[in-house]
Amino acid sequence: MNTPAELKYTKDHEWVKEEDGLFVIGITDYAQDALGDIVFVNLPEIDDEFDGGDAVCDVESVKAVSDVLTPVTGKVVEINEDLLDAPEMVNEDPYGAWFVKMEGEITEDLLDAAAYETHCKDN
Amino acid sequence: MEKKTVLYDEHVKLGAKMVPFGGFIMPVQYTNIIGEHMAVREKAGLFDVSHMGEVSLEGPDAEANLNYLLTNDFTGMKAGKVRYSPMCNDSGGVVDDLLVYKMEENSYLIVVNASNKDKDVEWMQSHLFGEVTFRDISDDIAQIAVQGPLSAELLSKFVEKEKLPDQYYTFRDAVFIEGICCLVSQTGYTGEYGFELYFPAADGPKLWNLLVEAGKEYGIIPCGLGARDTLRLEASMPLYGHEMNDEITPLETGLNFAVKMGKKDFIGKRAMEEKGEPKIARIGIKVTGRGIIREHMDVMLNGKQIGHTTSGTILPFVGGSHAMALLEKEYAKPGLAVTVNVRGREVPCETEALPFYTKKK
Repeated sequence: MNTPAELKYTKDHEWVKEEDGLFVIGITDYAQDALGDIVFVNLPEIDDEFDGGDAVCDVESVKAVSDVLTPVTGKVVEINEDLLDAPEMVNEDPYGAWFVKMEGEITEDLLDAAAYETHCKDN
Repeated sequence: MEKKTVLYDEHVKLGAKMVPFGGFIMPVQYTNIIGEHMAVREKAGLFDVSHMGEVSLEGPDAEANLNYLLTNDFTGMKAGKVRYSPMCNDSGGVVDDLLVYKMEENSYLIVVNASNKDKDVEWMQSHLFGEVTFRDISDDIAQIAVQGPLSAELLSKFVEKEKLPDQYYTFRDAVFIEGICCLVSQTGYTGEYGFELYFPAADGPKLWNLLVEAGKEYGIIPCGLGARDTLRLEASMPLYGHEMNDEITPLETGLNFAVKMGKKDFIGKRAMEEKGEPKIARIGIKVTGRGIIREHMDVMLNGKQIGHTTSGTILPFVGGSHAMALLEKEYAKPGLAVTVNVRGREVPCETEALPFYTKKK
């Protein structure tokens, strides 16, 4: 399992990176492996507003659909439209294949890489 | 607590993802569902289907019992043949769907769904009459399915091709593979050419490993229940609990070929007669907009619900997102623009003919 040290994580298997005052959100290597082949990503619209803990988008694997929960209360500033035509990028490069960039503030508890790995092992 | 098939340890060694299914803990995938699906369409795949239930029915009244318990007609069936049939309840709903193997005169092997096995055994036992012996032999038998165009190539490494059943829905008994006595039928649940092997449970690991090893040079790989489900969906084969259940009659879900209303009497016949012409029918739906349609989603036409989906996901070989659906009969024809409600989103779709996929001759 790949868990980059520079990222923060939610217990629900999203990763967050702060970049130029925005929060970049994706799903972890553990999550993509658990989901299996990802075949569709449903993204929000720019300017959509969310509270921390809301489903900001969903990912569909062959077997099931899963929500991606945002730890940020705020507004969507950018969406990764490349995922619409190439959802498999989430499997191939989970930390490169971000879903959304949001502005606002983190309102959920985040874990560092070590704590997140422990959390996955306990699951 | 889920049961394990005799191949459980082999799946774990192969790194399979194990999930509960039908009372068993089964491999859902070894690598990925799409890759396993494509292997079956293009080469072949190996499936552990030992969770399936097997019962034997023997005796002078065996045929009469089958004709009463099941909707298909077993009169005049020849030994060495396999026949599919729904088994109905008194109201014409489906208890299960199953395969009947005729071993010899007055002797049959019946193969049922794992998740329904206990219910089936109870149902059959409570309706038996005359001189018959009925035994649940599920624990004694393991089953491996070899499915895909290279299936016969693989098996012919162990047994002469002439000893394999050469026609669909026929079988050969006592086919020996490295000393293991197998019943081999040309059947399957993938829409592909292939075989199902039934053999003593204790021989499971040996036979599985032989086939896995021998398959490597052909690109034949172990496949999990995930691919089994997408393959059967792509081939538009109904699955109990989805396209049929104890309320849906086999006529409503398009299994007319296996319901012989002309038979004198069978369980469910009167109820189906009273219901008359089915008011719903099974059809395909494909997404023309964006999204994945799955089971239990409402199918809408101009704001009115006209039915619901019963199974759906992406179809790896055909491509795109498709579902089977049960629609009001007047709408169950191809080419109709509809929408499917995907968690609150109306996704543009179109009805299409079944099957989604037919194998090349």
